Amino acid sequence: MSAGWEVVIGLETHAQLSTASKIFSGASTAFGAAPNTQASAVDLALPGVLPVLNAGAVVRAIRFGLAVGGTIAPRSVFARKNYFYPDLPKGYQISQFELPVVVGGEILIAVEGVEKRVRLTRAHLEEDAGKSLHEDFHGMSGIDLNRAGTPLLEIVSEPDLRSAKEAVAYAKTLHSLVRWIGICDGNMQEGSFRCDANVSVRRPGAPLGTRCEIKNLNSFRFLEKAIDFEVRRQVELIEDGGKVVQETRLWDPQKGETRAMRSKEDAQDYRYFPDPDLLPLEITPQAIARERDAMPELPAAMRERFIAGHGLPASDATTLTASKALADYFEAVVKAVGGEPKACANWVLGEFSALLNRLEVEADAGPVPPAALAGLVKRVLDGTISGKSAKDVFAAMAAGEGEADAIIEAKGLRQVSDAGAIEAIVDEVLAGNAKQVEDYRAGKEKAFNSLVGQVMKASRGKANPAQVNEILKRKLGQVAGLAP
Amino acid sequence: MHDRPLAALAAGLAAREFSSEELVRHQLDRIARLDGGLNAFITVDEEKALAAARAADERLARGEGGPLTGIPIAHKDLFCAKGWKTTCGSKILSNWVAPYDAHVVERLAGEGAVLVGKTNMDEFAMGSSNESSFYGPVKNPWDRTRVPGGSSGGSAAAVAARLVPAATGTDTGGSIRQPASLCGVSGIRPTYGAVSRYGMVAFASSLDQGGAFGESAEDLALMLNAMAGFDPRDSTSVERPGEDYRRDLAKPLAGLRVGLPREYFTADLAPDVAACVTGAIDELKRLGAVPVEISLPNQHLAVPVYYVIAPAEASSNLSRFDGVRYGFRAAEYADLNDLYRKTRAQGFGAEVKRRILVGAYVLSHGYYDAYYLQAQKVRRLIARDFTEAFEACDVIAGPAAPTVAFPLGEKSNDPVQMYLEDLYTISVNLAGLPGLSVPCGFGAHGLPVGLQVIGNYFDEARMLQVAHRYQLATDWHRRRPGNLR
Repeated sequence: MSAGWEVVIGLETHAQLSTASKIFSGASTAFGAAPNTQASAVDLALPGVLPVLNAGAVVRAIRFGLAVGGTIAPRSVFARKNYFYPDLPKGYQISQFELPVVVGGEILIAVEGVEKRVRLTRAHLEEDAGKSLHEDFHGMSGIDLNRAGTPLLEIVSEPDLRSAKEAVAYAKTLHSLVRWIGICDGNMQEGSFRCDANVSVRRPGAPLGTRCEIKNLNSFRFLEKAIDFEVRRQVELIEDGGKVVQETRLWDPQKGETRAMRSKEDAQDYRYFPDPDLLPLEITPQAIARERDAMPELPAAMRERFIAGHGLPASDATTLTASKALADYFEAVVKAVGGEPKACANWVLGEFSALLNRLEVEADAGPVPPAALAGLVKRVLDGTISGKSAKDVFAAMAAGEGEADAIIEAKGLRQVSDAGAIEAIVDEVLAGNAKQVEDYRAGKEKAFNSLVGQVMKASRGKANPAQVNEILKRKLGQVAGLAP
Repeated sequence: MHDRPLAALAAGLAAREFSSEELVRHQLDRIARLDGGLNAFITVDEEKALAAARAADERLARGEGGPLTGIPIAHKDLFCAKGWKTTCGSKILSNWVAPYDAHVVERLAGEGAVLVGKTNMDEFAMGSSNESSFYGPVKNPWDRTRVPGGSSGGSAAAVAARLVPAATGTDTGGSIRQPASLCGVSGIRPTYGAVSRYGMVAFASSLDQGGAFGESAEDLALMLNAMAGFDPRDSTSVERPGEDYRRDLAKPLAGLRVGLPREYFTADLAPDVAACVTGAIDELKRLGAVPVEISLPNQHLAVPVYYVIAPAEASSNLSRFDGVRYGFRAAEYADLNDLYRKTRAQGFGAEVKRRILVGAYVLSHGYYDAYYLQAQKVRRLIARDFTEAFEACDVIAGPAAPTVAFPLGEKSNDPVQMYLEDLYTISVNLAGLPGLSVPCGFGAHGLPVGLQVIGNYFDEARMLQVAHRYQLATDWHRRRPGNLR
């Protein structure tokens, strides 16, 4: 990137926890309702109301802690972060400060085949603020408190990332993980998963440079572009003799640049203190054990099993475990086929993934269920249809035309594997193509392919190609043997 | 009618001697006649009260009444009651009508008690004289040139003048016990967590606790029976089996160890108050109790610790009053910050602003450790003092307030003198313990004095037993201000 400079990045990620109700009230967390229809008395911060912690948010934090190998605090404390803003109804946000629910842990990322461990500092529970709407009102601002009180897990990484690519790989891996363990729907358009990036540059070996924080990056593409822009800005600034000022910056996707929002000097004193309305959060070893037992196999472990157990290439294993839905789909296909993981992987990563991309759906929402794909794979493996016909069958299945066997019958795609029938066709072809037989004998290999083509054509594409090859070779040998 | 304790009123209602509607009308008339000179009420709603009374009468007629069915009561104006203005004695909530019921309001209404009005109070419960109310000071029924105490001064004065037989209050640093002492009524602050804070507008969340005023310990027990109990809407509410607070009232006091803290009987205590309290302790001895001298070595730190922790929590609790969603909003403002500034500058009174400023200061970066954190550590020491003391005694007795009621205006410009009013009550809040005050005589100017009884955690029944046995032997609680017939 910028020669002679090392980039240092740490990410703070807000993952919205997939609870049905808010973290401290019973109001719904569903996205897209009419403004302020999902704000209860607690969310509106009416006088006299009190927060009650949603146990579902705690369970999800425990799951995350287990998934990243962090320490789940036996006792963590909710604190008030005090500041005034119209979409923050209480005048404070309930968060965790000195004692977070998860400490440490790590995320394994891979960039261009190189693996790297990214350490996590902590993850803590907090509530989201509401939304200020500045566009729709003349000379006024609207406030929508539907989002106020939505449960968030803020996941903070150590400054272990060294490029925008690594940052994106980390964010993608984290994104996949939180969905994998079922704690966040990962919907970035709706703001369910968003990142703040702390970016600084330094000469290799030098102490950490002054960092800037880029807020609210809600797509991987913005994350990469914002970091790249910010790194260039900082390097140019320093190389021109300037100094980076610690500040919060915003990414402007229209202009493709970051711009200053507030400097450290303007930083507020949040006057954190433990929230006296909530007891310290105590998590028992039994509660942790319960979540551990209920935890699905994690992507890293599954990837290892696909390589070691199924003999898949590492690249296949990585792609298959990028989402739990895809990995589960693959496992279901293998199970229904009764083995043959490589063939199954080829289908899942080939035709099936292409279909998902085209339809923009997840593996569990595609039109071809795993048993149906398995039915097709089996027919390829047992030679009933050719690989070429199989693609047509898949397309028909995707179009809702039924199961593989029915489509094969209806379209008459069954291969002819009856040796006698194929021999008869071969004999016919050899008899009618003396010239090619001559050429083959004279050592022209191409003539063989031409003969295969003739046989396939005569069988209207249904002859089993492997059998055609074998029989044709044998017959030509016999013909050769009979030669004077 | 108004001169009877709750149990006698309930008996009168049950015997159809009078109806709830008659009783409520009688109290409403009394309020109309007398409250002009007392200012104990912020809101009185005749229509709602009479409707509730008629409903109570129907319930009584069906034979479904309980001990509080048809009894008129008042709520301190920081308990949310659906459809009632709930002001907290502040301009900033002067137009706010609560859309829901507090747990306490719900429970008392569920028992059939009839809400007649909301009582005056120090603004956001910050004060010990009821002079910080936006609605003007409450006058002490015993001497209208003097304060009733605070912050639940309206409830204490209303019960003292028998405008209602019982009322709710809250006690964050002494706000039930000190006005009970100054107004010559009985008042109890239960253990922190015994009564749900849901719907009770917060001053200092870790110290606030709802409680009650009545003529006698028995009245308090009846009120607590309705008010106390687990509420999942308050995370600090303690889940424990329900109890009848009257269960030990009749038990004799023989052998009961009464702890007398050395630190309570010093030169800080006015001699007239000391004489009454000592007389009460002598009475307890005659009743079989055994005095035990105890020590609360960190008692002298209670007031300073309180005035770090309570303002810290208040500064954050009161942030929601920003003029954005409800309540008072300044008429004109230039931008968002100006809206906040003007709304809060105009909406809050001087004492509230003082505490918000102190609270913000002790929580700010660089001062947090020295003030807030240090105060929390000392708070634990104060609580430990009590735990150790309760190894040597069953209850603790002493004064509830250092003096009798003082003249209006005397301390309102001297916050430190005002804060010292809570010298004997504040440590109980810091420790989360229950405490009550019952009338125990008259001091200077013929003004009432209260005896404070402090119990161990959830030992309200025993405190009430002590107070009840004392009231069986004395009639201080039956005395009435002479000018309020």
